[in-house]
Amino acid sequence: MIVQALAFYLFAAVAVASGVMVISARNPVHSVLFLILAFFNSAGLFVLMGAEFLAMILVVVYVGAVAVLFLFVVMMLDVNFAELRQGFLQYLPIGALIGIVLLAELVLVLGAWVIAPEAQSVAQAPVPSPDLVTNTEALGQIVYTRYAYLFQASGLVLLVAMIGAIVLTLRQRPGVRRQRIGDQVHRRREEVLAIRKVGTGEGV
Amino acid sequence: MEILWSDYAWPTILIVLQCLLIIVPLLVAVAYLTYAERKVMAAMQLRQGPMVVGPFGLLQPFADGLKLFAKETVIPSGANRVVFVIAPMLTFLLSLVAWAVIPFGPGLVLSDINVGVLYLFAISSLGVYGIIMAGWASNSKYAFLGALRSAAQMVSYEVSIGFVMITVLLCAGSLNLSEIVRQQQGAGLFGIFNGYLLTGLLPMGVIFFISALAETNRAPFDLPEGESELVGGYNVEYSAMTFALFFLGEYANMILMSGMTTVLFLGGWLPPIDWAPLYWIPGPIWFALKIAFCLFLFIWVRATLPRYRYDQLMRLGWKVFLPISLLWVVVTAGWLVAFDRLPG
Repeated sequence: MIVQALAFYLFAAVAVASGVMVISARNPVHSVLFLILAFFNSAGLFVLMGAEFLAMILVVVYVGAVAVLFLFVVMMLDVNFAELRQGFLQYLPIGALIGIVLLAELVLVLGAWVIAPEAQSVAQAPVPSPDLVTNTEALGQIVYTRYAYLFQASGLVLLVAMIGAIVLTLRQRPGVRRQRIGDQVHRRREEVLAIRKVGTGEGV
Repeated sequence: MEILWSDYAWPTILIVLQCLLIIVPLLVAVAYLTYAERKVMAAMQLRQGPMVVGPFGLLQPFADGLKLFAKETVIPSGANRVVFVIAPMLTFLLSLVAWAVIPFGPGLVLSDINVGVLYLFAISSLGVYGIIMAGWASNSKYAFLGALRSAAQMVSYEVSIGFVMITVLLCAGSLNLSEIVRQQQGAGLFGIFNGYLLTGLLPMGVIFFISALAETNRAPFDLPEGESELVGGYNVEYSAMTFALFFLGEYANMILMSGMTTVLFLGGWLPPIDWAPLYWIPGPIWFALKIAFCLFLFIWVRATLPRYRYDQLMRLGWKVFLPISLLWVVVTAGWLVAFDRLPG
């Protein structure tokens, strides 16, 4: 138990610290790298809770794919951060005001938080031990049966996002010569090749 | 005190010893993989290969290692020092930690976790960070271009690797690597061959191997280090041990990818056919032999094929492998359901 507790505090502390570093690091690339560290430690926390499938999916999806694209964009963008920081004091009052309003709203909402009885009964329902049902099986049984429609709907949302991204970035420029492999394969010898006898010292 | 020893100290020592038992042979294998690569390619090109250091040049890898160890580590003045130093360490570390879940024989695995395949996939998808960090921190245009190419390439081929893994998972019905190997007992042609390669998964096996070539940045997909246009790719600015760590990581990744091919398609520690003299040979030896076979294919491909053009590489990944592997997932799932062959 001591090891688990120590691991929990280690992961939690590093996750929180790197979360703070994400917003306080001067260099944006360092921010993204700290974000990756935060993802990683959250995955560690999932493992400690026995949710190994979610931990791996977190690493594969967020660290392995999303954060790589973040890093790509941040590295390629040439943002002048000194200039951005100059506007910091100018926007401080209004930013602080929005922050305070959000905090007050959060306090109001969370202060009156009551867990619905159904949710409580679900939470108290006996969870089969991880030895009997693997993570993957348990998730599959829930996601593909009870929440099948929600699952399909989230798939649709992702599809729309994907098509939107493609539509926004696809440009049709005129005058671009692309390689068309079909055309190359279908070329006949008669169309492209002419054999001539050239006499010595005459030229074509 | 007694509890501290029996509950904490002794298990820790055991785990460290087990890790060493994996890492030391792995590093020796990496050293001799570089030697084998030079020798095999030399044989294919009618040359001798390394012949001077030791008998048949057998000590050449150690001479190379010693040379790199003794050189000075140069950090460019424009580089981002911390990231520059972390990048090779990360590459090397990631190529080692993946071995924790690889089963070398029945029960011979450091950590027999239920999501082994996902763990491997996660680790191999992290490999891109070492390269992209190195390219960015070097503050050099060749290194940066190499890193960008490499990152785009690895992200693209990971997608088809993921789908290939899903087809294998569908057939095996488990994410545990040992279980996947056990399911391959008699899975092949006519029920006498072990391994998924000689089943309907054959095209997936081929796609997996080609994607593994791209994922490890090996020829014919070694554009990140295309020496004719990029000098040496993402590791141009690295020297001495920092370079050696990249090199070790790259070759350890090759062995890892061969190990994954072995576990997913060639039947892991099982003999190819369950006949009398073959199953007397212990499992780890079969495992090593199969990995060696895959590595030979890696080297053979490098000695044979010219480098792909970059747009051809992307076309192959996104327009050929992705649709085929996606289709094969659907076909495999449909076949398993239709003929009631779903495992578990």
